[in-house]
Amino acid sequence: MNAIIVSALLGVVMMFSGIFTTNKTIIKNIATVGMLVLLAANLMEMNNLFSFDINTHDLIVTQRYGLFFNCIAYGATFIYLVLSGNDITEVGVNVAEYFALIFFVLCGVAILSSFNGLLMLFIGVEILSIPLYILTGSDKRNLKSNEASLKYFLMGSFSTGIMLMGIALMYGATGNFGMVHGAGLRGVVTASQQPPYLLVAGVILLFAAMSFKVSAAPFHFWTPDVYDGAPSVFTSFMSTIVKAAGMLAFIRVFENQYTILGPTWHIIVDFAIVSTLLIGNITAVFQQSVKRMLAYSSIAQAGFMLFALYASNTEIAKEGILLYAAAYSLATISIFAVLIKLHDYTLDGFNGLAKKEPVLAFAATVSLLSLSGIPLTAGFFAKYYVLAGALQAGGALWLIIVAVLLAAVSVYYYFRVIQAMYFKEGDPQTLPITGGFKAALIAVAALIVLLGIWPSLLLSWLYF
Amino acid sequence: MPIQYYIYLCLALFSIGIVGVLTRRNAIIVFMCIELMLNAVNLLLVAFSKVHNTMALAGDKTSMAGIEAQLFVFFIMVVAAAEVSVGLAIIVMMYRNVHSVDINFLNRLKN
Repeated sequence: MNAIIVSALLGVVMMFSGIFTTNKTIIKNIATVGMLVLLAANLMEMNNLFSFDINTHDLIVTQRYGLFFNCIAYGATFIYLVLSGNDITEVGVNVAEYFALIFFVLCGVAILSSFNGLLMLFIGVEILSIPLYILTGSDKRNLKSNEASLKYFLMGSFSTGIMLMGIALMYGATGNFGMVHGAGLRGVVTASQQPPYLLVAGVILLFAAMSFKVSAAPFHFWTPDVYDGAPSVFTSFMSTIVKAAGMLAFIRVFENQYTILGPTWHIIVDFAIVSTLLIGNITAVFQQSVKRMLAYSSIAQAGFMLFALYASNTEIAKEGILLYAAAYSLATISIFAVLIKLHDYTLDGFNGLAKKEPVLAFAATVSLLSLSGIPLTAGFFAKYYVLAGALQAGGALWLIIVAVLLAAVSVYYYFRVIQAMYFKEGDPQTLPITGGFKAALIAVAALIVLLGIWPSLLLSWLYF
Repeated sequence: MPIQYYIYLCLALFSIGIVGVLTRRNAIIVFMCIELMLNAVNLLLVAFSKVHNTMALAGDKTSMAGIEAQLFVFFIMVVAAAEVSVGLAIIVMMYRNVHSVDINFLNRLKN
């Protein structure tokens, strides 16, 4: 509860800070400190030190798992604000509002990690999405940003309609929204007889809408355009923290639910995983713009995260999605922080970066290695955990082989960027780079390697 | 009146909304179709609420079953209002830049 209340309040504080000062640095610093306050409030609840106690009639049930996910998301947002905070202030004139919207999104993240029942799922998804429509269009003079925003908005509210229809049909079949204490949706279905048609149709519509939110194929088509058109700083936020939160909600809502669909469930999930991995990885190979390549790579990474959905009843997959969220967020935030500093987002724009800015090139290399899942980086164990979970859940050997093969394909397009930085000649134009930024990049790279050597550093924390 | 009539009406409205979103090119009309989808869901929820209430009343004269669906309808209305305010702002912003609300403009991003 702490996280929900404090993040919403901080959002209001940020909006008011825009009235009292127009100094961008001060506003950025308020946001960074606020982020630490939010993280501290969440940690306090996690350690039972202090928490607001509100009777929500079991609409919201905080569990250690969800609180731990909040910590990862807020920690990643803190790193994001440290690395890219200055770039947020360069997007437009309404600086305070951007930070306020980021805090509102984090409120949605907190709801999605603790919802119990479909009503709060709906509210959480909307609180997560609506500020993002605005952030996508925040570069008001830029036509690409406008288009991305309109496209994201229309498709996002369309998928909301689909999701609500699914929820309404499920309600019609069962007579409740699954608000059973701590049980998620499990309370909805009581007997194991043939499920009613309404319920099956509802579950499938809900699955489609949630796939849209996490950009899993075949509902991924908005992702490249929106991620490409949005201001790069906000793409970084959307493709990491928001996507991980959407994925967590996806897993929580379908946890142990597939029993009602029987064998059909495996056909649906297998299809979603394979098509997401194929479309993400194969299309990314042909991209010339690194930003667009990262958009497709985020689709491909969503395919890997779906393995945690496939195996959502195993412990290792639950740990895996947390590790995946951390590893993927760190790597993507750091590669985007480097990308924002360049003038040219195409592959050629990276030519010769290693000679000119060795620190940036090094940090980008570590992030790209982590994204492709090379051992000794966090990405390796993240992929290992989710795939091991799928193996433990049983019956999916061919799926895992496909995933590993496509991970090999992903090495190709990630390494093209590394090759451009180290082995090609060029004179990349960069924005001014401060020493603090370089130090922060090195720290993030060190964190990625540390998690890659010692993933239990993060995960052991879940149980104490 | 049998419940099936309400379900058919809601599904018809919902389908009209979906077809409208997929075929119309004017952003405002697409937006109206999305609202139609949401309102079809509202009607469906209220109808289901009545069904579950009637079923519960047969056993217990003071039952409040089905009330949560009516609550859900209010939440959908509030969220839809928030979406309208953001959506219209985005459409106005678009109109200022290109003097058109035709969503065929959106295809330019692909290149």
